[in-house]
Amino acid sequence: MSTKIRVVHYLNQFFAQIGGEDKGDVGPTVKAGVIGAGRALQQALGEDAEVVATIYCGDNFIAEQQDQAISELLRHIAEYKADLLIAGPAFESGRYGVACGAICHAAQQKLGIAAVAGMDEDNVGAGLYRRSIYIVNSGSTIARMVPTLQRMAALGLKLARREAIGKPADEGYLTRGVKRNEIAARPPAERAVDMLLAKLAGKEFHSEIAPPKFAGGKPAAPLRDLKSAVIALVTDGGLVVEGNPDKIEPGRPTRFTSIPIQNVDTLDADKFDAVHSGYDTASANQDPNRLVPLDTLRELAREGVIGAVHEFIRSTGGAHAAVENATQIGRQIADQLKAAGVSGVILTST
Amino acid sequence: MIPVAKEVGSLRAIAAGGIVSPTGNPELPPEKEKQFRRELVLRALQTLQQEV
Repeated sequence: MSTKIRVVHYLNQFFAQIGGEDKGDVGPTVKAGVIGAGRALQQALGEDAEVVATIYCGDNFIAEQQDQAISELLRHIAEYKADLLIAGPAFESGRYGVACGAICHAAQQKLGIAAVAGMDEDNVGAGLYRRSIYIVNSGSTIARMVPTLQRMAALGLKLARREAIGKPADEGYLTRGVKRNEIAARPPAERAVDMLLAKLAGKEFHSEIAPPKFAGGKPAAPLRDLKSAVIALVTDGGLVVEGNPDKIEPGRPTRFTSIPIQNVDTLDADKFDAVHSGYDTASANQDPNRLVPLDTLRELAREGVIGAVHEFIRSTGGAHAAVENATQIGRQIADQLKAAGVSGVILTST
Repeated sequence: MIPVAKEVGSLRAIAAGGIVSPTGNPELPPEKEKQFRRELVLRALQTLQQEV
């Protein structure tokens, strides 16, 4: 490349050396050249690229008026004819992290330029933007400023030159949920045995499959008074009204069905079905109470053991559920049950 | 399924009748099966009242 790659650096008011929280309302601003840590960025970029301008905005301003702030910042980036935007690193700072993610995303989408943000993996901005932009994991402390900027610079240069980008672990960015086929030199069986041997020998090894992370919930308080409790029935076993009117998927679910049971005493085989690609539904179809114990719960309500049965059964087909979808479905069901004043849930799982 | 439930963060989980009929057992005669289901549901309700 004959001309230098033009880089714009985004900072918040603190790193732009304007001030602390008291200056959080500073609006979008541009200055030619580097500010503060931008010097380390310039050094990391080397001869082939130049930080032509630094843009900054107060964390409160950009959080409260994001659209306006982003469009002004984009205008500055375009004025400086940037090829690459480097944002942050924001470390643990939530508003700053979200701002870095938003400006990188917008620069990529609207200006079509390369962009790299830096922040801690647990920064809320990482959760929001890790799939759509490249985010270098800065860790939580400012002590990692220089090595983080070095990684951001190296990755940014590659992106600006449209070079192939390596794996997250090699390049130092957060996984983006992208799967890419590649040809391995050795067959899976050999690789698996090697991993096992390394594991048994206490040596380092890297799994080829990243296990999903589950967010642990806070346990609900115990039910205090069963006699007045409204109990809801939920299942991931794919119970549906005969014919599956809500068309829930038997596997890889994206939605759930709410089955009205106000006047239903028991789940008759000719009125309800189980649709699920992950288990043999024959015995559940023969007697759906084997999947969702409505007959028994009604009995207990009549006897006064519980207060009442909630008027809908929520159901989804849980086979091969993507964690994101399952989380979404679970949250929606929980919200509806809470809004309906349900005090306890029995969820049957297949 | 209990280890799976615990892994994903379910804190109140009890073993039930098996994968294909969690609240039943096709092997049992109908009355016994209903009894089995009743005991299971009562156990679930007890679990809801426990501190975790």
